[in-house]
Amino acid sequence: MEVQKFYYDNKIVKNFIYATMLWGVVGMIVGLMLAFMFMFPNYTEGISWLSFGRLRPLHTNSVIFAFVGNAIFAGVYYSVQRLLKARMFSDLLSKINFWGWQLIIVSAAITLPLGYSTSKEYAELEWPIDIAIALIWVVFGANLIGTIIKRRQRHIYVAIWFYLATFVTVAVLHIINSMELPVSAFKSYSAYAGVQDALVQWWYGHNAVAFFLTTPFLGLMYYFIPKAANRPVYSYKLSIVHFWSLIFIYIWAGPHHLLYTALPDWAQNLGVAFSVMLIAPSWGGMINGLLTLRGAWDKVRVDPVLKFMVVAITGYGMATFEGPMLALKNVNAIAHYSDWIIAHVHVGALAWNGFLTFGMIYWLVPRMFKTKLWSLKLANFHFWIGTLGIIMYALPMYVAGFVQASMWKQFRPDGNLVYGNFLETVTQIMPMYWMRAIGGTMFLTGMLILVYNIIMTIKQGSKVEDELAEAPALEKVTAKRTSGEGWHTWLERRPVRLTIYATVAILIGGMVQIIPSLMVDDYIPQISSVKPYTPLELEGRDLYIREGCVGCHSQMIRPFRSEVARYGEYSKAGEYVYDHPFLWGSKRTGPDLHRIGDKYSDSWHFNHMYDPQAISDGSIMPSYKWMIKDRHDRSNITTKMNAMITLGVPYTEEEVANAEASMAEQSAAIEKNLYADPDFAASYEADKAAAAEAGEEFVEMRDREIVSLIAYLQRLGTDIKVKTEE
Amino acid sequence: MLRFIKGNLENIDGVAIYPLISLLIFFVFFVALFWWVITAKKEHIDEVSNIPFDNNDLNNPSL
Repeated sequence: MEVQKFYYDNKIVKNFIYATMLWGVVGMIVGLMLAFMFMFPNYTEGISWLSFGRLRPLHTNSVIFAFVGNAIFAGVYYSVQRLLKARMFSDLLSKINFWGWQLIIVSAAITLPLGYSTSKEYAELEWPIDIAIALIWVVFGANLIGTIIKRRQRHIYVAIWFYLATFVTVAVLHIINSMELPVSAFKSYSAYAGVQDALVQWWYGHNAVAFFLTTPFLGLMYYFIPKAANRPVYSYKLSIVHFWSLIFIYIWAGPHHLLYTALPDWAQNLGVAFSVMLIAPSWGGMINGLLTLRGAWDKVRVDPVLKFMVVAITGYGMATFEGPMLALKNVNAIAHYSDWIIAHVHVGALAWNGFLTFGMIYWLVPRMFKTKLWSLKLANFHFWIGTLGIIMYALPMYVAGFVQASMWKQFRPDGNLVYGNFLETVTQIMPMYWMRAIGGTMFLTGMLILVYNIIMTIKQGSKVEDELAEAPALEKVTAKRTSGEGWHTWLERRPVRLTIYATVAILIGGMVQIIPSLMVDDYIPQISSVKPYTPLELEGRDLYIREGCVGCHSQMIRPFRSEVARYGEYSKAGEYVYDHPFLWGSKRTGPDLHRIGDKYSDSWHFNHMYDPQAISDGSIMPSYKWMIKDRHDRSNITTKMNAMITLGVPYTEEEVANAEASMAEQSAAIEKNLYADPDFAASYEADKAAAAEAGEEFVEMRDREIVSLIAYLQRLGTDIKVKTEE
Repeated sequence: MLRFIKGNLENIDGVAIYPLISLLIFFVFFVALFWWVITAKKEHIDEVSNIPFDNNDLNNPSL
């Protein structure tokens, strides 16, 4: 048999590891900045691009797609080559994958703080970047499949199945959820509206967790844990069951993010049932990972790599136990919109993704640089400060979530809410926010220690080279099953077939979820009083999206007595039919806003946006001074309205033609309302006089951003109110 | 008022077939899966589970 010599590409792995560490530090620093904004809401006052609403998507995107994403690529590029005994298919594709991905991250880091956001969670990036992501993802897939085709190893190890499923599913999810109609270079509207948009988004959101944060990491687990423990996986058969049942079931579970919302019951219950079932494959995988260490627990005591991995798998087990519990309607009724969810995702992100990445880096870097880890002590210290950091982060958030949700639901004997003022429930949990920030600081400290330790290790090591390897070439075998060859054994050497079956497995659940979602639009009961937004309100809504208000405020009142008493009539599916995109939100750091319209005066909103603490003492809402001052560019309104018409919003030609006049009229009315406040009139006139004296251009109040935003806020939820004056 | 949130999907023509088909696919899927796994040969399982240790880095055996 001919033995072939070839080189493994280690440099690309090294690059991805460097990127992982860099973006890990960045993402965690941004996270910590956000954590401190709960205590000091205005420490970046006046700097729009450092405000909470804009930084939140930067934090989630940089941690998920930059930190975890680069870690996935590092681990995949390393393990795929070894498992297939072949260099990556194309060095050029590897390089395009690497630099393209970094470019996407940099463009995200620039556009998100500037407010270019679709507002759909974990899919906030605007359409040009969406296209770039799709292209780079295809490059990654081509490289992966190309390598599989030129492999020198007949059977395909289970880790690679997980990578294949990751590639296929993320591509499907990303494309379907990113259907949007561009209106300018960095602005688009979701092709879906309201309930439909929510369904598609959470089908995506849930499966982004499944197929970006879970399946690739399970692949890494199945490779790096056996390598680090130097023993094969506990049960390969279990891993087969794990793989197929996980990818098959996961994709059905998305609607559990929308329980008790205006989503149809049918879809809600389906989501619950599949979420509960998910515990079986998830725990199967966790047990398989942990039992791989059977007989090696003495090593776990001394080897930081294994310590990190054990905590990672434990974190996975905890998060996947909690997930199905949270999907139960009665638990969800308490946990949803609260900090409980923040605790849940951070157990997953910090322990499962973070610690498995750390373990992988500590294992990989010394070997690639042909040296020993610079300091075992520091690695152990990182382990402990990181573990304590996770506990310090998660526990207070559980308490905070539970306390706040209980306070939201408490009634007096006379039938009124005990804590009618939302703010009371926030000030109650401030100590928890402090503890969370301390926990986060500890975790970040650990990350910095890792970076230092790795830099020192690299310094004492030798240069990374492409390693020479040799393996016999693959002999041609019939594509048919050989005698006595089992079906799955055959399938494991047919990569294209395997990919197709995996795709079918995810598409079944995907279709059952998506087809009714795509059809549901026509079946949402129309409410005749629900009308499209006026041009000014539409522009205001875009500001609401730009500032990321949805990060802290929901627009979805669930049909609970406690929510109806607090916010007003519960939300109906038919109220959202013109919402491209939907803005239901997933977290209530502040109160729900769906019935905020007509609740306060225009002046109240004006003063509140200028200085929230002056209106509600102890509020943790940041001020939005730039919106008070800045001119609002509404010149794109015709394009926007025409885009909405394309998406099915019934604006008439007349309305589009009269958009400018309509905006002028509505903004003038709001300006007049603001004048009713003597304090406003005095200071506004003074500003005007000062500007005239200095010879500066003065922006009329009616032309400013705040007026558009007020117009939108005052419209929210008012369509179904009975109007007596009519 | 409940009619606003209930039954949006019940209106879709022939929607009753969905849960039935779903259940069938689901059942067949898992029966087939366990069939594969139970009939898999031990030698093959041993072989594939050792793929990560099939070391062929010539100059750096620690990898």
